[in-house]
Amino acid sequence: MTTSQEKQLMGTEPNDHGYRSYSLGEFTFTRDEHFAHIEWPTGRHVMAVEPFLKALMRDIAWNFFYGTVNFDSVIGTVNHYGDVDLFAGRFNEDYRRAEIDHLENFPHDEIKATFEAMLGDWVNASFDPFAAPQETGSAYGDKDGDNVAAVTRTRVTATRMVGLPEDEPLRSDESGFPVNRMFADVDQSEPEVTFEAGYEKEVSAFSLFKYLSRSDVTWNPSVVTVCKDSLYCPTTEEFILPIIHGNDRVEWFIQLSDEIIWEVADRETGRPRANVVMKAGDCAAMPADIRHQGYSPKRSMLLVWENNSAALPQMIARGETPNVPVVF
Amino acid sequence: MPEYKTVFGSLTNYEKGGVEIINDQAQNYVFSNFFEVASHSKPWEKVAVAKNMEYVIEAIRADGVSPWRIASHDEFALVMDGSVTIDLLDPDSVTVGSDTTGSIAVNGEPSGTKMGQIVAGRGHMALLPANRCYRMSAATASVVLLQTIVGPDTVQRWAEICQTH
Ligand SMILES: [Fe+2]
Repeated sequence: MTTSQEKQLMGTEPNDHGYRSYSLGEFTFTRDEHFAHIEWPTGRHVMAVEPFLKALMRDIAWNFFYGTVNFDSVIGTVNHYGDVDLFAGRFNEDYRRAEIDHLENFPHDEIKATFEAMLGDWVNASFDPFAAPQETGSAYGDKDGDNVAAVTRTRVTATRMVGLPEDEPLRSDESGFPVNRMFADVDQSEPEVTFEAGYEKEVSAFSLFKYLSRSDVTWNPSVVTVCKDSLYCPTTEEFILPIIHGNDRVEWFIQLSDEIIWEVADRETGRPRANVVMKAGDCAAMPADIRHQGYSPKRSMLLVWENNSAALPQMIARGETPNVPVVF
Repeated sequence: MPEYKTVFGSLTNYEKGGVEIINDQAQNYVFSNFFEVASHSKPWEKVAVAKNMEYVIEAIRADGVSPWRIASHDEFALVMDGSVTIDLLDPDSVTVGSDTTGSIAVNGEPSGTKMGQIVAGRGHMALLPANRCYRMSAATASVVLLQTIVGPDTVQRWAEICQTH
């Protein structure tokens, strides 16, 4: 990295509220007590800083995820798996019509480093962007310490199955994962596993419900089992998904407990297409040409199912992937 | 402190949501409920409830004793209702081609070395390791969700199980 890039990463000197400003290409990011201000040559946008930081946290922790991560109806990123677009108004048909939308492409490492520096500076000691509303302090106010442990969490990515020797560990009181207040009634028993000598690495099972009942974060899909490129990414959800996800491929939701309501809109324009109400046992595909945002009244268990095939980005770029998983 | 009740469904007690269309077609969401699917299935029928290219999630009504099966890749069984016992066997001679996807049925009782047994209840996830034989049994009707790849015995009856309007 060049010296000017390093300087850019450090941000400006702190403003009157104690926060640094950051720039990426022609975009600038500034925060005050209440808001994140994003400016670009043809326009500007304001977001309440709490939803902004919650969205920024997901975008970083998921490495820009699959496809489009909309922070709201104006700001967001598109992952090209190596480089990343930062945009304003690109997926908002009125901004497009007014020609005030803006998009710049950055190497993955550059935008990631800038976003990480911004998140680190803008999150105060009492705020956890991954937590449910009643489980965190406020995001607002003047600069007041930092919360490095919370903002540097990475998502769990098992290579075969969590709990196997040499794979990601299970969760327990001892490892710092108590049962969440909304899952106090979830059975904590483990499966009975008996194995013959030499087969302990293959005869394995764990309680997924116990594991999920002890998740300390919301809206953070983590890989628990891997069948080639088929990834089970269950997550616990409470309140609102902090981003509006415009996947570049089909993804699936399997509702394991309780209820989530999904608002589905067109991926390009943001025009509403459907509401999908999911209760325990329900299965639904999210087509590849939509954006979705979930609302979970009670903390719930959601199995997000992804296809991580390395061939998909090229197929998507060539327009060879279907928007729906099955036609009937 | 409010007391929260976590709602899990079961074969005999589930509530279904649905797609509320604004400007779209319900079929695009391939919406079903795996308890409902399993309640209409024959024992051990492998009915796809989710599919992404070659990958699939099957809802299986576990009831009685299944035939032995084997796959060339890992599969994962998540029990969503009831209790399922899984026996694992390291086979002497039964094999499956590395390009075969999904599991295939094994005729009769394969010979081999017993690897162990898993008794899984609701919410428990078990590894069905590649190139090993497995057999499931359930004393009462139970439900398994299987993470696997489309195979010769995968049943796809989307029009029957999915919301169409
Ligand atoms: Fe998504």
